[in-house]
Amino acid sequence: MPGPRSALRPIYLMALLPMAATILGCPNEAPAPSPGAGTDLILATTTSTYDSGLLDELLPPFEAEWGGTLKVMAVGTGQALELGRRGDADVLMVHAPSLEKAFVQEGYGVERVGLMYNDFVIVGPEADPANVADAAGATEALRRIAEAEATFVSRGDNSGTHAKEKTIWEALAREPEGEWYLSAGSNMSSVLRMASEKDGYTLSDRSTYLAQDGLELKVLCEGDPILHNPYAVIAVDPGKNPNANTAGAQALIEYLLSARGQGIIESYGTERFGQPLFYLLDEE
Amino acid sequence: MDEILRGLQHALHLLTNDAEAWRVIGLSLAISGGSVAIAAAIGVPLGVFVALRSFPGRRFVIALLNVGMGLPPVVIGLLVYILLSRAGPLGFLGLLFSPGAMVIAQVAIVAPIIAGLTLSAVSEQDRGVQLTARSLGATRLQVVWAILSEARFAMGAAVVAGFGRAISEVGAVMLVGGNIAHHTRVMTTAIVLETRQGDFDLAIALGIVLLLTSLLINFALTYLQQGRRPE
Repeated sequence: MPGPRSALRPIYLMALLPMAATILGCPNEAPAPSPGAGTDLILATTTSTYDSGLLDELLPPFEAEWGGTLKVMAVGTGQALELGRRGDADVLMVHAPSLEKAFVQEGYGVERVGLMYNDFVIVGPEADPANVADAAGATEALRRIAEAEATFVSRGDNSGTHAKEKTIWEALAREPEGEWYLSAGSNMSSVLRMASEKDGYTLSDRSTYLAQDGLELKVLCEGDPILHNPYAVIAVDPGKNPNANTAGAQALIEYLLSARGQGIIESYGTERFGQPLFYLLDEE
Repeated sequence: MDEILRGLQHALHLLTNDAEAWRVIGLSLAISGGSVAIAAAIGVPLGVFVALRSFPGRRFVIALLNVGMGLPPVVIGLLVYILLSRAGPLGFLGLLFSPGAMVIAQVAIVAPIIAGLTLSAVSEQDRGVQLTARSLGATRLQVVWAILSEARFAMGAAVVAGFGRAISEVGAVMLVGGNIAHHTRVMTTAIVLETRQGDFDLAIALGIVLLLTSLLINFALTYLQQGRRPE
């Protein structure tokens, strides 16, 4: 009985058309092909740029102009570099200069391109049981936390923030150990939440700390030069990973360094937090 | 392929030499074991009661158990997180990101499974055994005893199945435990972390143990189910 059901069928098919076009990539609809837009571009980024909301403003204009599919994986810097090593990402946005230099030297990255900076802060409970607020600097602050055996939540995930934390412990010639030292193996926002729940301290980049609502944590230590936090972008070297979408990676890096990209970075956060979350490198 | 073989080699080395791997395994077994013990203490009597007694709202309880058996664990994790969070109603307990929180979540996941499986195991035995026992002049208590002893293998299987579910669960324990090293890092969450970091040795080692555990569980299940059959 070919009743109303078959009459509806063309409508169903029409509804499916845009879906099919998306699935097939619809090559006839795209304007002049942009470099590398034919294949997906995978950006492996540190969690701070993602969790702070910056990428939500920074990337859509690029995607619209470029025309390809950009996939963002928000992981720690260590994981991002690992994804790059294995050729599972095309371009990286990371913040651990020593690890980045090694990555480029080993031939996995084309070049380390400075993008922006902000700073790390040590945050903790208002009561501040380890008396960190009076500490002369970040090193002294961590020493006091260790001495007081106050709860400290570490990223413990080989991220850029974790690398910075390890640098400070090394400066103290101290191996943090004990019931008070919690190695979370999680991203920044989870660790902040954990510190807040457990009345503990942690080291965070300022942007993620500011972008999290409802934390019962205060900035207790800031401004120490050791807390400087520079971000870089690196295209994965096609010499090691021939399948890398290098053209797409270069297009993204060019955009990030363009007046438009840098303008978005510079102004991001002022409206919501009363201060920018990231600063441009030439302002240094 | 090379990487997998090398990973296997390193994994075996870790399992024979590394205290860290065994600490994670021990914690996994302890948390899942504890959860299943509690879940069994709740689930088995509940399943038996619902199977053997008729009371108002029985159908509703059965429906609830069925829903509970199919609840996505990560949603249970979310609920437990909200309840235990400092801002939540049970925040004063300070349990979030502790093994206690993981046990609560796993009990919530596993208890309905054990109760539901017990319920069907006992119901299956109920009618036949009841008729036989009654015709032989058994008292009410003797009838119940006969039913339970007929269903004991299937109830054992229910508990074992619950353990299998608990030990392999990732989402809820990651949420409420927080994957803290030496405190709340269990086999599944450690595998997630190590794989993400590209450190496959420990991930493979734990993967092997998890696989062996689940094989053992399945052997136990098969044995229990066979044991139920008349010889």
